[in-house]
Amino acid sequence: MRRIISLLLENEPGALSRVVGLFSQRGYNIDTLNVAATEDPTLSRLTLTTLGDDQKIEQITKHLNKLLDVVKLVDLTEGPHIERELMLVKVRATGAQRAEIKRCTDIFRGQIIDVGPTVYTIQITGTSDKLDAFLQSVGEAAILEVVRSGVSGIARGEKVLSL
Amino acid sequence: MIAQALEDEGVEFIFGYPGGAVLHIYDALFKRSKIPHILVRHEQAATHAADGYARATGKPGVVLVTSGPGATNAVTGIATAYMDSIPMVVLSGQVASHLIGEDAFQETDMVGISRPIVKHSFLVKRAVDIPEVIRKAFYIASTGRPGPVVIDLPKDITNPYEKFEYNYPRKVKLRSYTPATRGHSGQIRKAVNLLLAAQRPVIYSGGGVVLGDASDLLTRLARELNFPVTSTLMGLGAFPGTDPQFLGMLGMHGFVEANFAMHHADVVLAVGARFDDRVINTASKFCPGAKIIHIDIDPASISKTIPADVPIVGPVDSVLTDMLELLQEAQAEGQQTDKAALAGWWEQINEWREKWGLWTKPRYDINSPLIKPQEVIEALWRVTDGNAFVTSDVGQHQMFAAQYYRFNMPRRWINSGGLGTMGFGFPAAMGAKLAFPEADVACVTGEGSIQMNIQELSTCTQYNIPVKIINLHNGYLGMVKQWQDMQYEGRYSQSTYEHSLPDFVRLVEAYGHVGIRVDKKSDLEGAMKEAFALKDRLVFLDIHVDPHEHVYPMQVAPNGAMRDMWISKSERI
Repeated sequence: MRRIISLLLENEPGALSRVVGLFSQRGYNIDTLNVAATEDPTLSRLTLTTLGDDQKIEQITKHLNKLLDVVKLVDLTEGPHIERELMLVKVRATGAQRAEIKRCTDIFRGQIIDVGPTVYTIQITGTSDKLDAFLQSVGEAAILEVVRSGVSGIARGEKVLSL
Repeated sequence: MIAQALEDEGVEFIFGYPGGAVLHIYDALFKRSKIPHILVRHEQAATHAADGYARATGKPGVVLVTSGPGATNAVTGIATAYMDSIPMVVLSGQVASHLIGEDAFQETDMVGISRPIVKHSFLVKRAVDIPEVIRKAFYIASTGRPGPVVIDLPKDITNPYEKFEYNYPRKVKLRSYTPATRGHSGQIRKAVNLLLAAQRPVIYSGGGVVLGDASDLLTRLARELNFPVTSTLMGLGAFPGTDPQFLGMLGMHGFVEANFAMHHADVVLAVGARFDDRVINTASKFCPGAKIIHIDIDPASISKTIPADVPIVGPVDSVLTDMLELLQEAQAEGQQTDKAALAGWWEQINEWREKWGLWTKPRYDINSPLIKPQEVIEALWRVTDGNAFVTSDVGQHQMFAAQYYRFNMPRRWINSGGLGTMGFGFPAAMGAKLAFPEADVACVTGEGSIQMNIQELSTCTQYNIPVKIINLHNGYLGMVKQWQDMQYEGRYSQSTYEHSLPDFVRLVEAYGHVGIRVDKKSDLEGAMKEAFALKDRLVFLDIHVDPHEHVYPMQVAPNGAMRDMWISKSERI
């Protein structure tokens, strides 16, 4: 099952490598990963998605918690949550295609953020599924470059991940 | 600053090797330190010696090495300590801060290289942070599930021209590190109820009982309940080896009665053990009818390979204390163990023990004209009254020592169980002997292992460390040969020395030590006594044993259960 694990990490050199190293060392996989400082400059927020059965996820969270750099951890998929991913896509857009791609972008509530004579650069946010669906509808042939941020997430309601 | 901080930590020995990046530190040690430094001959030996010291005393071992090759040579020893959860602090030099990342002379990314084999690591950025980092390192290394901590020190921050006010912090605050201090009382109560209802219980005790100084508590609990106790390789000595309740070691080369008892148990109480693959054989066939209670300080050890029915996270000493208390309460309320069921269970176990136990009668050929390795360990046990610190390397000799030296005290059996590091035993014996100069310290080894750190004979000359080396000389890499006999139709691929071995007696004499060659059975006991009578000398007993002896029992693998074992070259049960 796909899980979204979010951590508060000491904002120190080497901290990220310990997290990433743990996954390769123990044969776990990371599907997506993103990390940036929080409003508290001593902490980073790291969000990753991974696949595994309950036993594997339990081991992953236990081992992450053991790292001294990991201050707090939550498995967002355990409760109601919101997930978002940002994607930038450069597509070939010529002739009739230009209007078609524009329409498709509007349907997915994306924005064209850069225009060239033969290309569009499109920005889309949403769940990973939605981004996949957009890529499918534009069609592989038109796609020149895809940049995805990896999943970010936050719990719904009052629940917060903070110190 | 470093020298002072180590003194403030109460460090008794530093094991190390100087080099460019740590010269400032060495100068400080020369000028002002009261802590003795042991100059080893290879950095790997420094880590193993510090490790042996830590295992014998329970205090963190301290290592000081230079950057680059000094640090990388220490890696095997750090990994060894990590796998067996041994507290250790390794100070490694680093090139000056402004050179980091430039492929400077003797530069290596030690924090990066050691990352998967340390509990934590620090790269110190400012001299003023040194005392706090050292305090934190010792705290992290020795609390919770212990382990090695690396402190990487760029040369410029140890420069004595930079002066700072020295403040040694009494307490450390780490917001993300809070090891469990108590087990969950509800879970412990559940465990006690299970134990009281058990018909065929086994206590499976591990290295955590030794590390957590909980031997007495475990022994009390086992006696209170009259339950059989088996131990992992790492836990030997936590429960007295000569106690009739002790079934011997379990696992790959475990005792038949121990492995059978585990297989047929209805309740298994695992204490500070981690269900290692060398213990459980095939996970899906492990203890088919048992409810499992698992006490461990590390939540990640619980349900890692075998799901626990009653997991208890906490230090073994506090959990066992609570357990004993609850047990007494329950007994006061009239809840008792099932005495009749236990009597039947013991009858069954004793039957197994009578038939197959290694201690009820010899299971090797005592009439052989050749010296059997088992006999050597038995002689060692007799001559040292079972009280020696015994370190071992890795291979057949290690298993023979674990099977035949019946440890009655914790911390007396020192071996590399998790990583299985050849070359560990001799330097580890040095560390134990330095910690306990009056005690008998023996390193049981073989020609393969001893040659991996034999250069330390020189260190023992310099500091007069009179350990005894018991070399079970069979001319082969014995355990490799055994597997080749059993699984590769006796094709001894690179496991034989073909008459290339040195004359060990003359070799140790060259270093100023005593060497005794033993190849007659009748000389064995006398030579052993002579070795231990020479209190102040390092003695190397080069004992020529039957080259074709195998270690039995041996679990059938792959796909075997706990109970599936070879008990000789031809008998499988």
